[in-house]
Amino acid sequence: MLLPLLLPALSALASAVEVKRPRGVSLTNHHFYEESKPFTCLDGSSTIAFEWVNDDYCDCQDGSDEPGTSACPNGRFHCTNAGYRPQYIPSSRVNDGVCDCCDATDEYNSGFVCENTCKEMGRKEREALAQMAEVAREGFQLKQVLIEEASKGREDKQRTLAELQEGRKSLEEQVETLRSVKEAAEKPEKEAKEIHQKKWEEQKAAEKAAQEQARASDAFQELDDDGDGLVSVAELQTHVELDVDGDGTLSETEAQTLLGNALQADASSFRDTVWAAIKENYKPEGLPDAAPLPEAPEPQPDLPLEQPAPEDDYDEEEEEEGDDDESNEEEPKVPPLKQPADKTAEQDEAEKMPPYDEATQALIDAAQKAREQFEEAEKSLKEMEDSIQSLEKEISFDFGPQGEFAYLYSQCYELSTTEYVYRLCPFNRVSQKPKNGGAETNLGTWGSWAGPDENKFSVMKYEHGTGCWQGPNRSTTVKLTCGKETVVTSTTEPSRCEYLMELVTPSACQEPRDPGAADHDEL
Amino acid sequence: MALRPVLQALPAGSCSLLHTSVKGPCPSPPPRAASEAAPARVTARLGMAALTWMALCLAATFAVDRSNFKTCEQSSFCKRQRSVTPGSSPYRALLESLQLSQDSMKLQLVNEVNKVPLLLELYGLQGNMTRIKINELSPLRPRYEVPDVLVRDPPTTWLAVTGRDENSVELSLGDSGHKLILTGKPFRMDLLQGRELVLSVNPRGLLHFEHLRHRKDSFSDKVSSSVGSLWDKIKSLFYREEPKESAPEGGAAGEETEPAVPGEQESSEKSTKSEEVSDGPDRAEEELGSWEETFKTHTDSKPNGPTSVGLDFSLPGFEHVYGIPEHADNLRLRTTEGGDPYRLYNLDVFQYELYNPMALYGSVPLLLAHNTQRTLGIFWLNAAETWVDISSNTAGKTLFGKMLDYMQGGGETPQTDVRWMSESGIIDVFLLLGPAPTDVFRQYTALTGTQALPPLFAMAYHQSRWNYNDEEDVAAVDDGFDTHDIPCDVIWLDIEHTDGKRYFTWDPSKFPQPRNMLGRLAAKSRKMVSIVDPHIKVDSGYRVHNEIRSRGFYVKTKDGSDYEGWCWPGSSGYPDFTNPEMRAWWASMFSYDQYEGSMENLYIWNDMNEPSVFNGPEVTMYKDALHQGGWEHRDLHNLYGFYVQMATAQGLEQRSGGLERPFVLSRAFFAGSQRYGAVWTGDNAAEWDHMKISIPMCLSLALTGISFCGADVGGFFKSPDAELLVRWYQVGAYQPFYRAHAHLDTVRREPWLFGEENKALIRAAIRQRYALLPYWYTTFYHSYRSGQPVMRPLWVEYPDDITTFSIDDQFLIGNALLVHPVTEQGAQGVQVYLPGKGQVWYDVHSHQKHHAPQTLYVPVILSSIPVYQRGGSIVPRKERVRRSSDCMYRDPYTLYVALSPQGTAEGDLFIDDGHTYNFESKAQYLHRHFSFASNTLTARSSDSKGIFESPAWIERVVILGAGKPAAVFLRQPGMAETRLDFHHEPETSVLTLRKPGVNIGADWSISLR
Repeated sequence: MLLPLLLPALSALASAVEVKRPRGVSLTNHHFYEESKPFTCLDGSSTIAFEWVNDDYCDCQDGSDEPGTSACPNGRFHCTNAGYRPQYIPSSRVNDGVCDCCDATDEYNSGFVCENTCKEMGRKEREALAQMAEVAREGFQLKQVLIEEASKGREDKQRTLAELQEGRKSLEEQVETLRSVKEAAEKPEKEAKEIHQKKWEEQKAAEKAAQEQARASDAFQELDDDGDGLVSVAELQTHVELDVDGDGTLSETEAQTLLGNALQADASSFRDTVWAAIKENYKPEGLPDAAPLPEAPEPQPDLPLEQPAPEDDYDEEEEEEGDDDESNEEEPKVPPLKQPADKTAEQDEAEKMPPYDEATQALIDAAQKAREQFEEAEKSLKEMEDSIQSLEKEISFDFGPQGEFAYLYSQCYELSTTEYVYRLCPFNRVSQKPKNGGAETNLGTWGSWAGPDENKFSVMKYEHGTGCWQGPNRSTTVKLTCGKETVVTSTTEPSRCEYLMELVTPSACQEPRDPGAADHDEL
Repeated sequence: MALRPVLQALPAGSCSLLHTSVKGPCPSPPPRAASEAAPARVTARLGMAALTWMALCLAATFAVDRSNFKTCEQSSFCKRQRSVTPGSSPYRALLESLQLSQDSMKLQLVNEVNKVPLLLELYGLQGNMTRIKINELSPLRPRYEVPDVLVRDPPTTWLAVTGRDENSVELSLGDSGHKLILTGKPFRMDLLQGRELVLSVNPRGLLHFEHLRHRKDSFSDKVSSSVGSLWDKIKSLFYREEPKESAPEGGAAGEETEPAVPGEQESSEKSTKSEEVSDGPDRAEEELGSWEETFKTHTDSKPNGPTSVGLDFSLPGFEHVYGIPEHADNLRLRTTEGGDPYRLYNLDVFQYELYNPMALYGSVPLLLAHNTQRTLGIFWLNAAETWVDISSNTAGKTLFGKMLDYMQGGGETPQTDVRWMSESGIIDVFLLLGPAPTDVFRQYTALTGTQALPPLFAMAYHQSRWNYNDEEDVAAVDDGFDTHDIPCDVIWLDIEHTDGKRYFTWDPSKFPQPRNMLGRLAAKSRKMVSIVDPHIKVDSGYRVHNEIRSRGFYVKTKDGSDYEGWCWPGSSGYPDFTNPEMRAWWASMFSYDQYEGSMENLYIWNDMNEPSVFNGPEVTMYKDALHQGGWEHRDLHNLYGFYVQMATAQGLEQRSGGLERPFVLSRAFFAGSQRYGAVWTGDNAAEWDHMKISIPMCLSLALTGISFCGADVGGFFKSPDAELLVRWYQVGAYQPFYRAHAHLDTVRREPWLFGEENKALIRAAIRQRYALLPYWYTTFYHSYRSGQPVMRPLWVEYPDDITTFSIDDQFLIGNALLVHPVTEQGAQGVQVYLPGKGQVWYDVHSHQKHHAPQTLYVPVILSSIPVYQRGGSIVPRKERVRRSSDCMYRDPYTLYVALSPQGTAEGDLFIDDGHTYNFESKAQYLHRHFSFASNTLTARSSDSKGIFESPAWIERVVILGAGKPAAVFLRQPGMAETRLDFHHEPETSVLTLRKPGVNIGADWSISLR
């Protein structure tokens, strides 16, 4: 472009230049407009007398015959704007009573007086540019540091990852080894336990049989009222509770049946056959209405397991309805009622089982140790895998061409407005929390870089936030601009549930141009 | 101007009755359970009040919840009125009581059943109108007569008795040649012109005037008022099933069993009798809703008891009736037999449904009837809830049946019967006797006023949204129009701009510097409109509230305390706009020192002025609320919005010392609202049918005086796709009020957000609007001067072409442009009817000529807006489209001269400063007249009283349908003839004259040789 170089010299001779080129024509184009010749529209569509150029009537379809008036709907007017930036404005803004060119040349016949503000604007722009350049320069330096750190960080992470991956292998082996050790130890443990168990069960059975015998003998003694060593039909009939057909009396026939179709039974046949038939209903005479054997306590072993369940439901409800009060009330209600019962049941059972013998206990202890070692190793492996996963995830993020945005990872930035606190956690999520309390709203989770093709890393997109009532899911666009610090400068909601956030960061700074060259052509 | 052509025989065009189609009843909306389902979990910045309400309503499927609004059956007076059966009128005119003065006739009517005397007054009015008033001769207390709607006492003309016999009197009505025959028993009046019966009053004997009475001491009286509504419910449970058998035979339902009027000594027997009857179902039926009425959870105490009035009219020879807006329905009114009557009761109807007679935001109780011979109007001046029944003896007849009737020479004359029913007030009805459509418009606007001439910017494009969020947002939208080179005159701020919905204030964080913002807009010659609704937040820290309360300006409850309802700000008071002192105070609030942050380029929007009360019956105010003078809200409900807009417009006028013309947009309206600004069709939706219905809705308003009408471009609820939005911009570009608006929950839709192609289409549509602003302005001026509608149904200009009578998918602007916007999704073409025997029309885009009458199939693409200029008209345009209308002030004109087959054309142009009353007060205007005949185009003044200097000139004359001349000469008085360059397109016969360069105010002529 020649223009920038020529302009400073020409501006001093502005009036002379005006004569040379028709109003609204740029220097670049002025050779098309020669006073001595008919004018051919720039699109070549027709040729007109030169007096018809800028005569406030549109003759060319492309509007090129009226560069200095508003006559053509598609024309454009060039303002030189000495001291500022030259500019084309649509012809419709020529003489429309609004100052568009800072040199005021667009309002030459509207009765509206515009001031030439180019110098002032130029100055302001230069100042602003200088300030921006300063910011950009410092920002860019910071960016270099960030890039350096990111690169180092990335290397570190990759190294760590490699190490971890290496470590994982040996850990996996270790886990396998410990698994077999554990399994080896558990086998004898299991066998010994089973033996112990079996032994105990046999012992229990023997004790029970002896008890039964004793009860049968007792019953026989009781029933044998006359002490003749035989229980007769009549003697048996004294125990109406043994009634078979439920008519409330024990008939002779019934009694006979119970006695094994005999009229009497001696002690041994009573013990061996009759007792089995009556023991369920038989009531010892001493305690007429006492409960039979303590009723097998309704076992409640499930209770401790069940207990957390309602609480879980509870949490879900709480999230959905935000109803705290009820939950606080209900919690104490359940446990007190049931715990004592559990305890006795547990104790009963614990008391019954005799302790393991030394040999068995040793096996158990050994197996337990193997188990613990295995579990610990497995846990370490899990932790290591988590670390690897999160590292892999972090490394997989696109932190910009030079990783300059890596430092934003796992950070959060907040902006407080009158009503809300907005929180941006780059590469993660955006949220909004009302200041006066209330639940946080998700304004979107990390989606992608979404800048224009030439500057993809200037815009972040966060998507799939909390659904809007009767509307789309919330989403947030984050615009990145250059600055020395990392700070969220604004949050707006230009359209319902579509948020726009501005994040200032050194990483968005571009390499400053040579300051001298940059500003020169604006003058 | 096409006045009435020669009258033709009716059947000449009966084939075109094919065009009359009656839509079936709309499917009823799916039931909803909104009240149970209140998803209040919305994180929005609205007040909770609004939220809850919105939640309640929006939870429904997208359709009006009909159960929120009364049917005639549920509106007790409508039910009572409708149960009056034809042919059994108890009313007799006491002919011997006739008193005739120079301009009026007075006569007593008596109800022979209850002996209550009524006073009938009849006035012949100048300009071919007749006024009939019926009131009680001596009511217990005054009945409401609508004030402030008539612009003056209508000037009367002479009346004379020209004949008389024992049961009738014949009156001559002024110089119009109309006669009125009044029959004593049964009472009726027949209006004739010559020997032709024009219209009959009470022909079916449906006059039913519920006189004021003291409440009888009945059982339900003894029930305390608190359980009264319960009692009502119980009664309704008992008696709902058997209403028919209780209807008295051979008498007007209800009247027979009515309790005697106090003071009527002679009827004690009868009184006893009715006492007895009153214990039966009859009594309950009659009483039901008479002294108390419950709808949903709301109970209307009716301290004055039954007060309704009803009357019927017959229109022999008429099959087409129009008007009585506002309804989301076709232009031509349908018959209401078998369904509900058309209802006039200003209501905030959430998500209104199309094609039904439900009430909407505004009411104009004017009905027009039209046939090839004559146009008539019936103006029923009553501001209470009103229902209108329409029946026709030809409805339901097939075309074949009608033709058969005609060919056999038999069959009855087609006739339309109309019945008006209002809840209170008096009968005050104006018969507008035409005979031409233009006459009816002149007559009606002579009574209620013509359309105010809006400031020019108001006819340009308006950009609105609920809401532009803050000053930055406004600046960005303003800049967007420049960046994308789309003209725009006004940016609007909805309720969110206020500090907590306190009108006259600004949200301190979003709009901290309103004057800066307004100044920035002013620098680009743009304006702003802010919303000021009539509900006032009850908040002792809010100055507006405190002042209204301390001055006692709020509407009161029946117990005398300040009425409070629920609206956007939460609990709100409703200023009593019927009180002139209140209106004066309200107007003063718009002065720049009272409305802080306001400036000259800030104008006002009155929404929610039905009034809308979220928790009130039918979303409005209790009918027993009290206004100034002790009038019940019931008496004047439909006037509330009218007064709000009146007071606001007065405020804007006053702030400029009476110099500037105001602009106020209102949602509610009544007869006469045209004097105060614009109206729009309320909260429509982004649906094709909603766009389409905007045409008949605005046409109906135009027919009833309110020309400045538009619909939300793009649709308020829901989001339009690009095609619908583009089409809507095209439709809106050719409707009087052109504003894009959108609901808070919709995605942004500024014109540039739909891609380059759609942006270009929208820009093109808006530019067409701007280019035609001189024509719009001139047409509005005509409306202001003579009451003619701006947007017109075709039949108004082609009154003897039956084909046009039911057309409402196309319309005229003024008399020169015919518009048939594309309103179908994916349209490939439209059928355009071009009226006018022997006339021609020119496509304004291609300049192609079409002969009329014909139905033209026009292929369309997305950029097409079929518009035609009538051969014989001249339309001025400004083709330099700027960023706003103000910026076009100095721009030159192009005259489009569309030649008739006779090679003639005529047109005019009105110019003033575009915003002050100086055109009125100082005659500072230009009214230019252009005519083309004998190959000469002549410009002269159309009105020499107007004097105005305009910098504008004529840059171009485009003559459509012209041959190629050898030479063209411009002649100005006292100057030598000059030759003009020109260009002729032989294919289209378009002759373009280059740069006459004459000032628009100059006289000149151009001849083609």
